[in-house]
Amino acid sequence: MTLSSSTLLTSAAEGGHHSVPVVEAMSPDGVFSLLWLVIALPLAGAVVLLVGGRLTDRWGHWLGTATVTGSFVLSVVMFVQLLGRDDAERQIGQHLWDWFAVGDFQVGMDLLYDPLSALFLLLITGVSALIHLYSVGYMEHDPRRRRFFGYLNLFVAAMLMLVLAADYVGVFLGWEGVGLASYLLIGFWQHKPSAAAAAKKAFVINRVGDIGMSLAIMLMFVTFGTTAFAGVSAAAGDATESTMTAIGLLLLLGACGKSAQVPLQAWLLDAMEGPTPVSALIHAATMVTAGVYLVTRSNFVFENAPVAQTAVVVVACVTLLWGAVIGCAKDDIKKVLAGSTMSQIGYMMLAAGLGPAGYAFAIFHLVTHGFFKANMFLGAGSVMHGTGDDVNMRHYGALRKAMPVTFLTFAMGYLAIIGFPGFSGFWSKDKIIEAAVAENYLVGAAALLGAGVTAFYMTRLMLMTFFTKERWEPEVHPHESPKVMTVPLVVLAALSVLGGVLLLGDWVTTWLTPVVGEVEHHELPVPVIVLTGIVVVVVALGVGLAVLLVGRREVPREAPQDVSFVTRAARSDLYGDAINDGLVVRPGGVLVRGLVATDARGVDGVVEGGAGLVGALSSVLRRTQNGYVRTYALSVLGGAVILVLAMVAVTW
Amino acid sequence: MNDEFTGPAIEWARLWPLFAVFGTALVGVAVEAFAPRSARCLIQSSVAGVGLAVALVGTVLVALELPERAGGAARGDVTAGGAVVVDGPTVFLWGLLVVVTVGGLLLFAERRVDAGLPVFAGQASLPPGSTAGPGGPGEPSYEDWEHTEVYPLLVFALGGMMLFCASGDLLTMFVALEILSLPLYLLCGLARRRRLLSQEAAMKYFLLGAFSSGFFVYGMALVYGYAGTLNLAGVAVAVRAGGGQEVLLLVGAAMVMVALLFKVGAVPFHSWTPDVYQGAPTAVTAYMAAATKIAAFGAILRFLYVGLGDARWDWAPLLWVVAILTMLGGVVLAVGQTEIKRLLAYSSIAHTGFLLTGVLGLQASGDLAEGQISSLQAVLFYLATYGVATVGIFAVTTLVRDPGGEAGSVARWTGLGRTSPLVAGAFAVFLLSLAGIPLTAGFVGKWSVFASAAGAGAWPVVAVAITSSIIAVYFYVRHIVTMFFADPPEDAPVVVVPSPLTSVTIAVALIVTVALGVVPGPLLDLAGHAGQFVR
Amino acid sequence: MELYTPVLALLALAAGFAIFSVAVSTLTGPKRYNRARLDSYECGIEPTPQPFGGGRIPVKYYTVAMTFIIFDVEIMFLVPWAVYFDQLSWFGLIAVVLFLFNITLAYAYEWRRGGLDWD
Repeated sequence: MTLSSSTLLTSAAEGGHHSVPVVEAMSPDGVFSLLWLVIALPLAGAVVLLVGGRLTDRWGHWLGTATVTGSFVLSVVMFVQLLGRDDAERQIGQHLWDWFAVGDFQVGMDLLYDPLSALFLLLITGVSALIHLYSVGYMEHDPRRRRFFGYLNLFVAAMLMLVLAADYVGVFLGWEGVGLASYLLIGFWQHKPSAAAAAKKAFVINRVGDIGMSLAIMLMFVTFGTTAFAGVSAAAGDATESTMTAIGLLLLLGACGKSAQVPLQAWLLDAMEGPTPVSALIHAATMVTAGVYLVTRSNFVFENAPVAQTAVVVVACVTLLWGAVIGCAKDDIKKVLAGSTMSQIGYMMLAAGLGPAGYAFAIFHLVTHGFFKANMFLGAGSVMHGTGDDVNMRHYGALRKAMPVTFLTFAMGYLAIIGFPGFSGFWSKDKIIEAAVAENYLVGAAALLGAGVTAFYMTRLMLMTFFTKERWEPEVHPHESPKVMTVPLVVLAALSVLGGVLLLGDWVTTWLTPVVGEVEHHELPVPVIVLTGIVVVVVALGVGLAVLLVGRREVPREAPQDVSFVTRAARSDLYGDAINDGLVVRPGGVLVRGLVATDARGVDGVVEGGAGLVGALSSVLRRTQNGYVRTYALSVLGGAVILVLAMVAVTW
Repeated sequence: MNDEFTGPAIEWARLWPLFAVFGTALVGVAVEAFAPRSARCLIQSSVAGVGLAVALVGTVLVALELPERAGGAARGDVTAGGAVVVDGPTVFLWGLLVVVTVGGLLLFAERRVDAGLPVFAGQASLPPGSTAGPGGPGEPSYEDWEHTEVYPLLVFALGGMMLFCASGDLLTMFVALEILSLPLYLLCGLARRRRLLSQEAAMKYFLLGAFSSGFFVYGMALVYGYAGTLNLAGVAVAVRAGGGQEVLLLVGAAMVMVALLFKVGAVPFHSWTPDVYQGAPTAVTAYMAAATKIAAFGAILRFLYVGLGDARWDWAPLLWVVAILTMLGGVVLAVGQTEIKRLLAYSSIAHTGFLLTGVLGLQASGDLAEGQISSLQAVLFYLATYGVATVGIFAVTTLVRDPGGEAGSVARWTGLGRTSPLVAGAFAVFLLSLAGIPLTAGFVGKWSVFASAAGAGAWPVVAVAITSSIIAVYFYVRHIVTMFFADPPEDAPVVVVPSPLTSVTIAVALIVTVALGVVPGPLLDLAGHAGQFVR
Repeated sequence: MELYTPVLALLALAAGFAIFSVAVSTLTGPKRYNRARLDSYECGIEPTPQPFGGGRIPVKYYTVAMTFIIFDVEIMFLVPWAVYFDQLSWFGLIAVVLFLFNITLAYAYEWRRGGLDWD
């Protein structure tokens, strides 16, 4: 390995190309040997809560909160330890056991703790701990609160597995686990048909992404004979570019599924059907970052596959605008936030697609976004809590007086996301736009435009919720939420404001250098300060436009119907569902209706997306299964004849 | 004609587990003939139990003593004049078969799930609904009768299977095929509940099975016409030498494959599977689904690898197509299923496809990259994971009952997770394993067969395999969700508390399924240690 | 082809004889119809599947048929062994004894379970 990595370095130096860091972990000592506990704690919590049954009803939610808090404390301790180490010693691997070991091929249950996973660990455990705390209050009246906490714990454990695994197979384990847990959470209130449908949709769409992920892993295994980060990163330079491109594109497909990037974006908006803003948040601030993590972690793949990298940038640009436009037209507060999440993840993907110039900023934005989006989602939950679970912003208005704490904390998140100078989002988004402009004007323009649109829809949300006139239902009496909900809000608000400190002295980029390589500095066409100015101006324009269009006018309680085509399109998620529907579901459905009109059971299989087609096919094929032996014998005979003929034909 | 006859050498030291099994079955027949009716059940199950225990110990002992061949690449002996080959894969499959049969035996003996009644009908010829006694009203009713023949039949089937995967020539293979099939045909018709369905299943299975056996014999004759021998090693020699009427070989091989593919339920020879799985007593389904597949894949591997290994460029493309059809057919048909046992039947068809994908991973040992999983090892491991999960999952389905028998409809299982979290939880774990979710045995199994197929360049098949396993995840998980997420119906089915027989079966299967997912290493090593086939 | 000529001739001869005898008997034989003649012939006993009840053949016929086939097959194995008894020596003897033992066991089972009772 030393040999190959040194040759890599030499060749890179000669070619004037940057070097791609190789994952080379050292063995754990001290507190790092407790790394496994970070995952084991919430996992144990999930097991106790889900298996323990009603015995744990009374204290289950506190147990769930405690396990995640324990993981958080561990993460902080380890983070501090890691800070005290040299750059070269900041990759720590823990080998738990050999998962499978066949000859030279080994998949170990290995964990990798390095600067990248350290940041993710802090984010995931920290945000999750707050969510758990908040849910104690939010789910107080739900009879199935214990189960909810069980699922949350499971989710956290899977997510931690995802970011701590030192092997793509391990990542896949977490990947599947997160998918399962999110499915359970979205469908938690399954008595609502919309929730059940949303859960199904998220599941089906995520499966498509999983195909990409599994194929990528399989391809890596066949190419490199290993799926460990260490092995793949060391050998990545030796593989052909077309192989690397294929792996990269497949990984991108996987990332698209989890991170709700176009074309696999449709599930995220529906996932807001989850019972609470809490689960919405789980998806919006935590799970969707898995794709960004995957791309950043696989930098050694993408650096060797420029085509795949370009694909990442394209997907990211489309998504960041797509999500922003959707955010403009939605009246459901959670869906606006979901659209905005899509868009912000687009920013992160964009940065990650830009290569070493952007990886660090992708993660930086991911962290700040984690803070302010969590803040806003919980704020939205608090608003809903206070207004009797109404999610329609047209039914809000002037809530700032009724819910001062929620308002103030939400405002911090708002200022952060639009990139108000000084707030965390300003620093992180600005860096991405900079890098994008340096890469390509078109990409830069898209990022800039996205910033403007973000400012517009977030201002609209702010105005419709906290300002303008009261439009509550008569029986609704908005009130501030209990302490257990507002305390997390205050903490997150503070983080949204201060998140930018990570950039002080380029700390975050230096920190991540061992993982993603040195940040490349491109020449900007204009001085940085000018670009920043332009961004601020564009944001101000967006805010102004929103004030003009929303703040100065009466907001109707019912959404007006005589609106432009663009608004209508945006309201229906830019026809994302219609596209799915038209391309996949409808033909499947027609096939079913035409062929099995009499077969009432056939409808059962018709769900969404690919499942529609499969279901239709299923009912068609089932007609061959008619129960008559003569038909079966005929199929055996037919198969035999074909087999024999084909066998003969193959050789001639 | 040669006047000097020398009997073939029988390596008793290698074959005795096989004889022990057949001997047990014969003892069972004698017990059936001479023991009084009231004592039969106890005696029969004990005899079968002892026999299986001896067979298991025997298999382990034989495995430990196998001599190494080909410089350690293979281990074992060709014995009985080339008719039986006891090598690494054979003993691995033997062990697996015996373990699965023990599970089957425990389920056969269960009588607490159906209010103290055995799971089998009192009389095979009993028409539906009749409970009258043999001699009129005064006699004991058939309700109390039991077909204790099921135990010898089970052991006979096991013997056939053990011989099937150890056959060194096609004739032995054919005889073994019949020995394993006939008891199964019978067992299928013995369900206590839903007699008509059961009898229909047995009839269908028998007719179609006999039909496919015909193909085997015909194909065998054609292969003989080409190679001049029925011995697989001899066929391999003829194939390597080349020349001759190659059409004879190909047509013959294709026909033999028809019969073998029929047994494993590959598309388009799968149509019997759902009907038979549904109609047969669930204990039999559990046994049959797991064991037949194990034995038949043993035979397929031996036939293709030993006999036709050098002609693999002729059969591989066809098997590609069959594997793809099987996987897609299985999962697509499963999506629309509303009946649990049919759903599992289609899922087993899909698994056949995945196993065939593994079979496609055959490479010459020289082409095998250092440390790569060999296809044989992958398939053997997959069979283990599949067999255990299958026995477990069918065992669980016996527990959820309506007044008329098992609650077959998927809809009846709604909300089971609320009322009986343990049963539903166990079912969910098996489903997850069948779906191949990481940390269950199924994942590692899938991974290894896909990896070996991918290593042999069968990329399109692997792509289809991954796609179908992802479709499959959908219907497996959908079932889990109905169990845990919906409210149980008013007239929810009863979940019976089984006797330790079934509980132990389920528990062991559960533990193995999870253990093989977390630490598959030892079993994978064991499968690898089995080495190659001995010719 | 030389080899097969006698076989073919024999085939033709057999077929010819069969057709000839049937044809001649229908042409020349007396035609008297009564109840006994129209009944199906079952070794002189009353035909069991009565016209009513669907006329299905009782299962006991199958038992007899299967028993018959078992003995049939047994003979098929025993004759070659008997012919080559000298050369097969102990190996053959043990094999055949085992074979006979198995058959006898099955036969005992049938007998004990009432397979041989007609009623």
